[in-house]
Amino acid sequence: MNAGADNAAATARGAEIAVVRRPFLARRGASVAAVVLFAGLALLPVLASVLDDPFLVVTLTRVLIFAIAVLSLDFILGYGAMVSFGHAAFLGLGAYAVAIPAAHGVEDIFIQTAIAIVVCGVFALVTGAISLRTRGVYFIMITLAFGQMAYFFMTSLSAYGGDDGITLAQRSKVLGSEILENDVAFYYVVLAALVLAYIGLRAIIQARFGRVLRGTRENATRMQAIGFSPFSYQLTAYVIAGAIAGLAGVFLANQTEFVSPAYMSWQRSGELIVMVILGGMGTLIGAVPGALAFLLLEEWLAYFSQHWKLGLGVILVLVVLFTRGGIAGFVAKYLGGARP
Amino acid sequence: MFNLFLLQALNGIQLGILLFLVAAGLTLIFGIMDLINLAHGVLYMVGAYLAATFTAYTGNFFLGVAIAMPVTLVFGIVLEVLVFRKLYERDHLDQVLATFGLILILNESVKIIWGAAPLSVPTPEILSGSIPLIGNLRYPLFRFVIIAAGLLTAIGLYLLVSHTRVGMLLRAGAVNRPMVSALGVDIRKLFMLVFGLGAMLAGFAGAMIAPILSVEPGMGDSVLILTFVVIVIGGVGSVRGAFVAAILVGLVEVLGRTFGPILLRSLMDPSAASQAGRTLAPMLIYILMAAVLFFRPSGLFPAKGSS
Repeated sequence: MNAGADNAAATARGAEIAVVRRPFLARRGASVAAVVLFAGLALLPVLASVLDDPFLVVTLTRVLIFAIAVLSLDFILGYGAMVSFGHAAFLGLGAYAVAIPAAHGVEDIFIQTAIAIVVCGVFALVTGAISLRTRGVYFIMITLAFGQMAYFFMTSLSAYGGDDGITLAQRSKVLGSEILENDVAFYYVVLAALVLAYIGLRAIIQARFGRVLRGTRENATRMQAIGFSPFSYQLTAYVIAGAIAGLAGVFLANQTEFVSPAYMSWQRSGELIVMVILGGMGTLIGAVPGALAFLLLEEWLAYFSQHWKLGLGVILVLVVLFTRGGIAGFVAKYLGGARP
Repeated sequence: MFNLFLLQALNGIQLGILLFLVAAGLTLIFGIMDLINLAHGVLYMVGAYLAATFTAYTGNFFLGVAIAMPVTLVFGIVLEVLVFRKLYERDHLDQVLATFGLILILNESVKIIWGAAPLSVPTPEILSGSIPLIGNLRYPLFRFVIIAAGLLTAIGLYLLVSHTRVGMLLRAGAVNRPMVSALGVDIRKLFMLVFGLGAMLAGFAGAMIAPILSVEPGMGDSVLILTFVVIVIGGVGSVRGAFVAAILVGLVEVLGRTFGPILLRSLMDPSAASQAGRTLAPMLIYILMAAVLFFRPSGLFPAKGSS
């Protein structure tokens, strides 16, 4: 990197912040939107029973599960500027934290969740510590490579299905009860986890930790100059995001009752990034509309043709190329500020 | 045992040569343009498909490859003009998204044009034999040809990068792009050249490997990831680093898969060893990458000096 370009970029970014800094009320707007959104989601099963459409709950459960993963990615991507291209690995590890203990008779969701969080946290700690020694292009490539490492590890683990994946006999138990077999109950559990994750991450963002993280996003050198060590903050954020994505993996395994390495393929990581962008980067709450929009778009395009990925690719390229300032600019322009 | 080692070492070098052909262009694209290009792997795939098509059309593998090369070059330049040119000034996230979109587009287009079933390219008659190594050990001639072609390309690239004016600009661009531009070099032309060259090299790798591997949609994706590992180990922007790292990764990948389980078998009981070996072998190159990065965060041969 050369100093001139760095300075210019920093100045440009500084100007951008000054422009998009919004008044207190506008920031309050995000909280109001979150409350309205979550209240609406809480009422959804009622609507589904009125419409007599049980499939609605199942579809929305999937959306909420992905929203948890997208939320965690937005936390490091939107606030920490860490373009992690291996985030699906945590989703997959979380899913295997259900499947592998279940294969040995451990079916309690609390134990499985604890395993998922510990495994994902440790994986994030180790890979993050190495990845965060680098930045920019390097960071993207290394997170991608570590994601693939996890993918190949699971593919070669033939005792647990290997490439073919592993089918769960049933959903996890909650203290011995099989309440998660009920789709509506499962929906509320996922929704509760999403709300908790949102509230937790939001609190972190607004605390001193979040300010340091955002400061590092804008200019790591300056943060260092005023006495912070960006590395430890970024690594902590990376571990938190990994653990939350692992939680999403626990739910994903329970919903599909099937786990395979395909959950952690690098295409899935790319899709998670697309979901973050669709919902608005650095908004947290955007995770829900982002996941919803992507999964609906996927269904909708698949309805027209088996080559739906072609359509998705074209949309991606066109949006990036022909909206000023890329997708972030597009989001900021049409969907409200992307950077709080 | 030694025979097996020799054969697998040759296979490792052959994989390394292949990775180098893909990585050489990509490392320059990363280094000079600071552009993250996920779509480089699909150029390898396009090269393989074009070679397969032209080989079937002309009935001659050499002619097929010879026609496929300029077509891949043109294809790379068209992509540069249509898409990549607009991405240079964007942030990495935009580049990731756009090139990820390109992968989706090209993989699906290939499926639409050639079908999802793998194509096979026959090894040309004249190269289909095998040659003796030592004793009664023989090695397929075609794999030697791949190694030779790759080495020739590597030498050609070395001469181009180290001993020509264009090469000088490439090296200068990898170290300090704005300075090269400020000194009056048409950086856009340089970018286009690098991109076309990189596309052709990746396409050449795909074309050469077509008779050994099956040509199928998505074949570029796995190569892309290995290429990333190579570039990270070698140092972004360094062709020399890419060469060393590619051979290293090729050898570790192939030898690890073969000898990992054998080595483990002497330490633990056979069934556990083969399971552990199969699980650990694919991770070896990533462990290698992590180790290199731990000691040298900008790779073995960093092009950018201090950073």
